[in-house]
Amino acid sequence: MSSPLAAPLTWRVARLVERRDETPTAQTLVLDVPGWPGHLPGQHVDVRLTAPDGYQAARSYSLAGPAEGERVALTVQRVPDGEVSPYLTDVWATGDPVEVRGPVGGWFVWRPAELAPVLLVAGGSGVVPLMAMVRARRAAGSRVPFRLIYSARTPADVIYADELRRRARDDHGLDVAYVYTRTAPKGWRGEPHRIGLADVNTHGWPAELEPLCYVCGPTGFVETVADLLVGLGHQPRRVRTERFGPTG
Amino acid sequence: MSPGFQGRRRSAEPALPPGQYLTEDFPVLSAGPTPRVRPDVWEFVVATETGAEHRWTWAEFTALPQETPTVDIHCVTRWSKRGTTWQGVSLDVLLDGVDTGASYALVHSYGGYTTNLPLADLRGGRAWVVHGYDGRDLPAEHGGPARLLVPHLYLWKSAKWVRGIRLGTTDEPGFWETAGYHDYGDPWREQRYAGD
Amino acid sequence: MTEMSYLDGNMLDGPLREVFAVDLSGATGRCASCGTTGPMAGLRVYTHAPGLVARCPSCAEVMLRLVRGPDRTWLDLRGTTYLQVPTPPG
Repeated sequence: MSSPLAAPLTWRVARLVERRDETPTAQTLVLDVPGWPGHLPGQHVDVRLTAPDGYQAARSYSLAGPAEGERVALTVQRVPDGEVSPYLTDVWATGDPVEVRGPVGGWFVWRPAELAPVLLVAGGSGVVPLMAMVRARRAAGSRVPFRLIYSARTPADVIYADELRRRARDDHGLDVAYVYTRTAPKGWRGEPHRIGLADVNTHGWPAELEPLCYVCGPTGFVETVADLLVGLGHQPRRVRTERFGPTG
Repeated sequence: MSPGFQGRRRSAEPALPPGQYLTEDFPVLSAGPTPRVRPDVWEFVVATETGAEHRWTWAEFTALPQETPTVDIHCVTRWSKRGTTWQGVSLDVLLDGVDTGASYALVHSYGGYTTNLPLADLRGGRAWVVHGYDGRDLPAEHGGPARLLVPHLYLWKSAKWVRGIRLGTTDEPGFWETAGYHDYGDPWREQRYAGD
Repeated sequence: MTEMSYLDGNMLDGPLREVFAVDLSGATGRCASCGTTGPMAGLRVYTHAPGLVARCPSCAEVMLRLVRGPDRTWLDLRGTTYLQVPTPPG
């Protein structure tokens, strides 16, 4: 996977194996993809649906963790007026086919061979590719120190909440901090707020350590955090971003 | 096939160009940052093939005879919207008194966008420079302070943030026309891409 | 209305691999307008448009345009002076 010479990108038929609710609006979908070539944490897949009259719609979704053979997991946030995500979360039935191609994206990836400390900053469902990195770190037995700052609207919107609690306890060298924008949990210090300098400064790494920073979320969130990091002295080339737009 | 997938409503409605679906909202398409042009610095320039220039300031432009066309619009990304009402100045008014033997127009915008079309398509009550939409000032994301409106062609011809028109004797392709899109773009003949 | 309706150059990988067997999102490109050199993954990609328009993050000029028809794809790179693609030795 380190070669820039990628396999030709072809559409493969995938079938739904299992679905899990992560939050009231987000689901993890496990797909069986015959011939899946493997992927790196941070990469995504394109999913394409075809209607009876031949109409097609495609969207990109981040892979949520390492592949298990030919099984891959996506976490999909349901966009209420979306065209593809409501089909995937509400209509798609176990055993039904969709087309996928991937993995795609060779920049917003973390390779377990990297030794620099890692800062992950997630806005909403932007946590998905970052969780793939957290899971890959554990799977590779990496000791690279990771810090995750996760901004969510409310505690109920936190995807992977139980697993993150467990990993923050068990995965040595992983710290997880939360920012709540609407409602904070009981006993939370401070008020709900949008992520700011204090959050990134307190829960991130000093720029002198030259961490690799991965920021994923809605465009405005990513813009804010990337600006804060560069303002704190991080090299722009070490701040990798993935914005997602309002399509669904 | 994806069992149970319908996708967005695609209308087989009569009187809609082939391959289009109806939308009620007004999608914002943009190939770059939205230019913010203050009316006090805005100007509109028609330049002919001889280099003669005709200029209007915002005050001069808005003092011209106004029309309020209600038209259907068709975007090449396949949405169509019915009955949109605009306010602005007919190109017949702006081109009146412009002495030209040109056959083509290259429209250019604040922000660098360009698009080409035959000059004849700007005449005959079929094209406007509009500064109002739905009874209000035209919002910047829809091309304000002023945009071209040529509803009988795909909407990429209706350049947002319009700044001027250069008339010429040859057809010079614009922003999308140099990247695969059709030089004319008639939605009824589904002229989406070059050669269609 | 947001001014920020663009995505990162990362998203070019899938569309470009319809044309090339190379991951160009991992490539470095030089802007023909201002000379800034950086990862293609760092471009600002406007997707709500008839094609994909990738702009330089420094000067906002267009570096790449990709238009996909049902049976043809157009790639315009006049705004990119060069692409540097990592190739393994040997």
